[in-house]
Amino acid sequence: MDKNKGDFNFRLWRYDGAPGELIPLLQSAQEHFGYIPRRAIKHISDTTGIPESTIYGVITFYSQFRLRPMGRYVIRICAGTACHVSGAKQLIDAIQDELGIEVGDTTEDGVFTLFTVACLGCCSLAPVMMINDETHGRLTPAAARRLLRDVRRKEGAQTSKAK
Amino acid sequence: MCKVIVGMGTCGLSAGAQAVYDELAKAIDGVEGSDQLSITGCIGMCYSEPMVEIRDGEHRYIYGDVTPETAKKIYEHHSNNDGSYADNLIAELAPDGAVKSGRESDYLMPQKRIVLRNCGTIDPESIDEYIARGGYEALKKALTEMTPDGIIEEVKESGLRGRGGAGFPTGLKWSFAARNDADRKYIVCNADEGDPGAFMDRSVLEGDPHSVLEGMIIGARAIGANFGYIYCRAEYPLAIKRLEIALDAAREKGFLGENILGSGFNFDMKIKQGAGAFVCGEETALFASIEGQRGMPRIRPPFPAEKGLWEKPTNNNNVETFANVSWIISNGASEYAKYGTEKSKGTKVFALAGKVRRGGLAEVPMGTPIKDLVFKIGGGIKNDRKFKAVQMGGPSGGCISAELANTPVDFENIPKTGAIMGSGGMVVMDETTCMVDIARFFLEFTQSESCGKCTFCRIGTLRMLEMLERITKGEGRDSDIPKLQELGKSIKEASLCGLGQSAPNPVLTTIKYYENEYRAHISDHKCPAKSCDMLVTFNIDPEKCVGCTLCAKQCPVDAISGEPKKVHVIDHDLCVKCGKCISSCNFGAVYKD
Repeated sequence: MDKNKGDFNFRLWRYDGAPGELIPLLQSAQEHFGYIPRRAIKHISDTTGIPESTIYGVITFYSQFRLRPMGRYVIRICAGTACHVSGAKQLIDAIQDELGIEVGDTTEDGVFTLFTVACLGCCSLAPVMMINDETHGRLTPAAARRLLRDVRRKEGAQTSKAK
Repeated sequence: MCKVIVGMGTCGLSAGAQAVYDELAKAIDGVEGSDQLSITGCIGMCYSEPMVEIRDGEHRYIYGDVTPETAKKIYEHHSNNDGSYADNLIAELAPDGAVKSGRESDYLMPQKRIVLRNCGTIDPESIDEYIARGGYEALKKALTEMTPDGIIEEVKESGLRGRGGAGFPTGLKWSFAARNDADRKYIVCNADEGDPGAFMDRSVLEGDPHSVLEGMIIGARAIGANFGYIYCRAEYPLAIKRLEIALDAAREKGFLGENILGSGFNFDMKIKQGAGAFVCGEETALFASIEGQRGMPRIRPPFPAEKGLWEKPTNNNNVETFANVSWIISNGASEYAKYGTEKSKGTKVFALAGKVRRGGLAEVPMGTPIKDLVFKIGGGIKNDRKFKAVQMGGPSGGCISAELANTPVDFENIPKTGAIMGSGGMVVMDETTCMVDIARFFLEFTQSESCGKCTFCRIGTLRMLEMLERITKGEGRDSDIPKLQELGKSIKEASLCGLGQSAPNPVLTTIKYYENEYRAHISDHKCPAKSCDMLVTFNIDPEKCVGCTLCAKQCPVDAISGEPKKVHVIDHDLCVKCGKCISSCNFGAVYKD
C-alpha cells in the first residue's frame, strides 16, 4: 500500500476533501502521464470540486508543470549564477545545435526535451546539466555532445532490438 | 578492520560517487572480516568530489578526486595495513571531526562547524548515528526540563537571527507566534532554496536531516504548534528522499507523534514539494502554495504570526536556522553567542562557487572578512586570474567589488555595500566576468519569476531588462544609466514583497561599483571583460587550429574559410557573432578579442 502513496489514481481515490491537495495531485498526474493531459485536469476537477479554470491557473503558474508530452530523456541545463559565469551559454548553444531544437522543445523522434533551470544546487561542479535524474558536472560543450550521443546510441540499440 | 565511507550527496553523485561505491562494495564483499561500507552527506569540499573516507579506529583519512580504480587501491592499502594512500589523501581528522593534517586541511581549518556538525560524518539515513552524536538530546531537554517560554528565552539570548536572508531575530519571531492563541498553529520550514548559486540548505537536508527536524520540533513546542510542513523544492529529489526516511525513523522512535517522550506534547509534520516558483521563497507566497493555490504573496499585516497558513498563527524559518536551534539548546545560548560579532551571533554557512579554485560549503563565524572566504578557504581564483567581485544574496543581492574584500560578513556590514547577506550563496567572479551581463542575467531571472501582482515589478523589471539587453548588444543610450537607477528605485518602493523590493539590487550595485564598464559598453561599444558576444570579435588561433573544417561547416553565414588541414580564418565583415564556432571547436582554437 505504501508504495502506491504517490500514485495518481490512488491519490484521487483516497482524496477526502482535505485542503491543499491540488499541487500534490498535479505532481502525481505529471509523474503518471509525463505531462498533465486535459482528461487529468477534468478528473481532478470532478473529484475535488475545484474549477478547471483554477486548476489551469495553478498549472501555468509553476514552471514544473507541462501541458504537452515530454521526450523520454529530459535534459535540464542549469542556468544558475555559477554555471552562467562558468560557460552555461556555450553549453546551451552546443546542445541546441546537437539536437536541432530550441530550449523548451522536444525532438521530433520524442527522445529529448530540452529545458533550462534556475539552479540545480551543484554550483561547485559548474557547469551542470541533468539528463532525467542523473546529474553531470564539470561539462564542456564537447563532453555534453558525447553524453547525448551515448544516449542516442543506447536508444538506437533498444529500438532495433524491439524490432 | 575499518569503516569505508563514500560521500553521496548530490555533488558527490554528479561527480561519479555511485561508481566508486559500487567498486568498493565489490572489493569489500570479497574480504573476510567485518569491514563496513557506509554513506555520508557532503563534508563541504565539493571541488574534490567524489570523496571517500577510511575510518580506522581513532584515525579518519579523507581522500579526494577518487575514481573507481583509485578507490580500490586506497582500500587495499588500508586493508593490507600499508598506511594511507598518499596520492589522493587530502586531510586527516580526529574522531570528533577536528582537523589534524593533510594538504587540503587549510580548507577546513578556519571553519567552525555548528550547522554542518554532522555533515560528512554521519550516515544521513541512519537515526542511530545521529543519536550517537548527541542527537535528540536537545529535544529531551526542551520537552522535559524547559518551559516553552524558557526555550524562547534561550533562543533569544543566543542572538540567533534568521538565516534565510532577512536576519530577523528568531527568538523574537517565535514569541510573536507563541503569544497568539488559536485552536491550531503551524510551524513551517522553508526549504525552497531558490537563489541560483546557493546550495547550503540542500547539503544540510541531504547530510543531516535530523538536525532540522529536531530544531523544528523544539520550535513547535516553543510556539505551541501541533503540525508542521517542510516546503522543499522538487529540484532536490535526494533531499526529499532523505527527509522522508528521517521522518519515518523519528516517528518510529517516538520523537514525532502523540505524547512525545512522555511530555504530553503532540506534534507531526509532512513534506510539501514545491513546483518551481522562485517567489514561493517569500513566506506568504509559500503559504499560498502549501494551500494549493498560485504562489502569490499577499499584503502584510496581518503577519503570519497572527494569520498565516490556513489563516492560523504560523511561524516560518529557514533550514539553517532550525539546524542551529538544536545545537543551541544542547550547548547553551552563551556558548553559541561566543561566536560572531556583537549583533550577528554564531556562524554562517556559505556556498562558494564561480571562479574560485576550491568551491564548496564553508561554515565560518559571523564577521569573517570576505577575503578570508575567497582566499584562505576558497584558495583564490581559478587559473590565477584577477579577483573582481563576489555576488552575494542571489537575484536579491548585489555584487561587492574586490576593493571591499575586507568587509566582514554579517547582517550589519554587508547591507552597507548595497548587497544583502541572503541565504549564503557567494559566487566569485574574475576579470572575464562582465558586470553588465551579470546584472542582465539576474534581471532576466527575476523578470521571469515575477508573479505579476505588482505593476512595478511586472513591467518595470521588463523595461530594465530591455535596457540592459540593449547595452550588452552595444546599442545602449547615454540616458540608460540614470533611467535604470530611477526605475530601480521606483520598483523597490512600489513592490509588495521581497522579490520586487530587491530585484533591482544587482543592477544598482553594479552601476555603483562598475559604472565605467557600463559606459564602455554604451559609448565605446566595447565589453572590457570580453564576455558580451556582440561587442567582441571572433578569431582563430593559428597555433591551435588543426584545420578540421568543423567550424566552417557550422558557420551559418559562411564567414569561415580555409583548406582542410590548414589554418582557418574568420571574415569579420560577414561574422554575425553567433558563437557556433567556439562551441563546436574541439581544440579551443577560437577565441574572443
